[in-house]
Amino acid sequence: MRKAATLITTAVSAATLLGSLALTSDPAVAAEKKKALSVVEQGKQIAFNRKKGNCLACHQIAGGTLPGNIGPPLVAMKQRFPSKQALREQIWDATKRNPNTSMPPFGRHKILTEDEIDKVVEFIWTL
Amino acid sequence: MKSKTLILAAAAGLAAGAPLLAQAGPKEDLKAFREYYMKRFPGVPLDEFANGVYAIDAGMRAEWEQMEEFPPYELGLDIGKAEFYKKFKNGKSLADCFPDAEKGIKQNYPYWDPKRKEVITLELAINECRKANGEKPYKWKKGKLAAVSAYIGYLSRGKRINVVVPEDDPDALAWYERGKRFFYAKRGQLNFSCADCHVANPGRRIRANLLSPALGQVTHFPAYRKKWEAKGSGALAGFGTIQRRYTGCNKQVRAKPFKAQSVEYRSLEYFHTYMSNGLPINAPGVRM
Repeated sequence: MRKAATLITTAVSAATLLGSLALTSDPAVAAEKKKALSVVEQGKQIAFNRKKGNCLACHQIAGGTLPGNIGPPLVAMKQRFPSKQALREQIWDATKRNPNTSMPPFGRHKILTEDEIDKVVEFIWTL
Repeated sequence: MKSKTLILAAAAGLAAGAPLLAQAGPKEDLKAFREYYMKRFPGVPLDEFANGVYAIDAGMRAEWEQMEEFPPYELGLDIGKAEFYKKFKNGKSLADCFPDAEKGIKQNYPYWDPKRKEVITLELAINECRKANGEKPYKWKKGKLAAVSAYIGYLSRGKRINVVVPEDDPDALAWYERGKRFFYAKRGQLNFSCADCHVANPGRRIRANLLSPALGQVTHFPAYRKKWEAKGSGALAGFGTIQRRYTGCNKQVRAKPFKAQSVEYRSLEYFHTYMSNGLPINAPGVRM
């Protein structure tokens, strides 16, 4: 089982590498770019992606355009949440704290993967 | 001892509350529903809710009024009219099935049929008329069906919605209750109910889109949407029935939509339309 998973990972990285080779003339530059994207920046991308977090649908976030206003603006997060873990729990399943909330349960309904939620938390925590 | 008393008191409270809940029928629901919106949007007269988001946003309203000066649905409405009077092979027409259409009938749909024990929508009645006369039914939700239905709506403009839920008929009440449950139940991966957007959050925005109040949504259906117009081609592309809209909403919250004219959507349409009783029909409405 583990072997199969490793094989798949290898295949995927090979494909990724091939993909970046096809897209840019200098693979070294492309690899550098990818490494440069911090966890916070990756989290921001997931948060802003309409098919992923789509946080802007309801929340105003610095750097995002045309935000919705169903939820509160995402500012001063460290004052609003006692810990990163509390923020993560809210994103994972906001209905736990308020069953009537409109906020989708991103973890419970598997809208985002656990890894994606971790990254989104890192980004939101900076706001 | 003390805790026992408390439990007893709570039980008594429940017992006292339960019959009250059971008594809250469609009439009480309608009163509460309407009052909620009147309070939420003070200064917006009841009839104005028939104009959807344009009742609550001045900028969008100006744009919409400009659009209505040369309505994009006119050509399609003519096609709907032609379909309505077109002779079937047997010499009859849709107009024979709906003899009062020119006086306005849309306000009475959907209605409870006590013999069949089900809710009949206008679109269902149109297609059943075609079938009964040996014609192929139209495809559901858009195209000619939506255009004919929009034409019947157009003839009914100004008539006030008058959906009847016979409160002495438990079967009719069961359809109503099913529709009400659908409206308030969260669904789909994104976990939204109809009420989450259109009761709790009308007037707020999802991204750049202004959410409309549920009160008055049905008056302008079948509607003519610019979004649908852009996706299709021809004069009928923009038309869609209320159940086409339900399908779109369900997909947006990543729920599997129900089939057009399913018991679920007909129940929802029954409840949803009843909640707008008294508002004037203004179909087809132009929407984005």
